[in-house]
Amino acid sequence: MSHFSPTAAVSYFFNYFLMKGVLVTIGLTVAAVIGGLILGMGIALLRMSSNPVLAGAARFYIWFFRGTPLLIQLVVIYSGLPQLGIKFSVITCALVGLILNEAAYLAEIVRSGFMAVSAGQREAAWALSLSPWVTFRRVTLPQAFRLMIPPLGNSINSLLKATSLASVISVEELMRRSDMLMQEHFQILEVYAAATAYYLILTSVWDAVQRRLEKHFGRSSVTKSRKVATRAPVAQASVEARA
Amino acid sequence: MSETSTTTTEGATVQPQLREVPAVRMEAVYKHYGDFTALNEVDLKVAKGEKIVVCGPSGSGKSTLIRCINHIEKHDEGLIYVNGVELDHQRKNIDAVRRDTGMVFQSFNLFPHMTVLENCTLAPMTANGMSEAEARDLAMHFLTKVRIPDQAEKFPGQLSGGQQQRVAIARALCMRPKIMLFDEPTSALDPEMVKEVLETMKKLAEEGMTMLCVTHEMGFAREVADRIVFMNEGKVVEQAAPEEFFKHPKSERARTFLDQIIH
Ligand SMILES: Nc1ncnc2c1ncn2[C@@H]1O[C@H](COP(=O)(O)OP(=O)(O)OP(=O)(O)O)[C@@H](O)[C@H]1O
Ligand SMILES: [Mg+2]
Repeated sequence: MSHFSPTAAVSYFFNYFLMKGVLVTIGLTVAAVIGGLILGMGIALLRMSSNPVLAGAARFYIWFFRGTPLLIQLVVIYSGLPQLGIKFSVITCALVGLILNEAAYLAEIVRSGFMAVSAGQREAAWALSLSPWVTFRRVTLPQAFRLMIPPLGNSINSLLKATSLASVISVEELMRRSDMLMQEHFQILEVYAAATAYYLILTSVWDAVQRRLEKHFGRSSVTKSRKVATRAPVAQASVEARA
Repeated sequence: MSETSTTTTEGATVQPQLREVPAVRMEAVYKHYGDFTALNEVDLKVAKGEKIVVCGPSGSGKSTLIRCINHIEKHDEGLIYVNGVELDHQRKNIDAVRRDTGMVFQSFNLFPHMTVLENCTLAPMTANGMSEAEARDLAMHFLTKVRIPDQAEKFPGQLSGGQQQRVAIARALCMRPKIMLFDEPTSALDPEMVKEVLETMKKLAEEGMTMLCVTHEMGFAREVADRIVFMNEGKVVEQAAPEEFFKHPKSERARTFLDQIIH
């Protein structure tokens, strides 16, 4: 077999078995993003708390999960924990691993987003007697979120690809199902060409979504005359552009 | 004459009665930042309807003073009463005081992701439970008053600095405060926009609003203030009517300060 069969690649692309794997990949990603965001927000809140024990615990968490490979985390949860009598289903193991890992990254993104909202915004909210909840929900969160979109988008792109690691613990997502097809038919390039195409489609769709989000949430950031902040750099940039 | 009566026979100018609850009363207030004393035994009394201009060199504690009045900054020692409510650190008292006070910041602090109208209706709707229609009417009333009703649907970033500051004033007024606090409201503005903001503040003063204003606009101080409070190194060094203060400053520090800003 010293040739590449485009028709075989196309037929794998439309293979029902592989398509179901794509759905699992999407499901894992969406669930890990949602779970990771919720957990990550909690960890970001702890990290920003003035209590040194809570802040320290959050810092430890972030340090630990960002400092070790996702692959080890998954394998430990899947094969290691049963040794301690803790046993989850395969899909739960994958979700727990992905969420724990993603939360560490998202916590840092959430935290830097909130830190970038100026103190004056909160002060204005206090001065207007807004409740802490309204201040969070209507004033700081939307502004922090806008700043979070670009790094959030990158993180989700990575996550989408990182779900392929779940194949190692036998979750039948896109990667695992490609492996299975490949072992059945030995058309390595054809099968992986189809899988690659799916990953590219998924990341491109996400890119498009991210761009729309940025545009949507960036609509009010048009600044006409923020005196000191914008004028000087703009003038400088135009000089440089011409030089 | 009855001691509780606040009416006078002289007419328009109502002299604050001794027994009337002052708008603001500060007694021996201290504020520390680490080892640094930002407010050093400050005593201040502001009667209802009074207009105070606070001035002094940079770092003298003017912002700190004004920010302690609505508890954006916590004072460490001493007593602060706002319309008779003691600003201890209890939530309900802080809330009551913040409802009575509006604040305007040097950097506007409008919410950039909301339109001008949304900036103005947010607090009335969420903190006062007003309906959207009511809040909208209220907002348009005050936006008209600061002469920018036509900008209601724009975002703050699309307005000039002077317009943004007038929106900030309207936004504060929508909560119907009894006292307005201004912290250098014109310092971030291009010179040609200073006037429109000062005009808006003058109008507010004419309507009888109690005002505390940190500013270096001495023309405004002369015209509007009932009293100038001069601060230096965290202390209130001098308090006098504008005429008196500008012509015969008592302290050496106030004299050098006036020389600097007038020249
Ligand atoms: N959060 C803070 N932490 C530490 N020091 C502070 C803080 N806020 C203010 N200070 C210090 O307290 C002093 C008084 O500050 P404040 O802002 O009240 O001065 P100001 O009179 O308003 O000055 P300016 O005219 O420059 O606005 C300054 O020396 C300042 O450095
Ligand atoms: Mg100041």
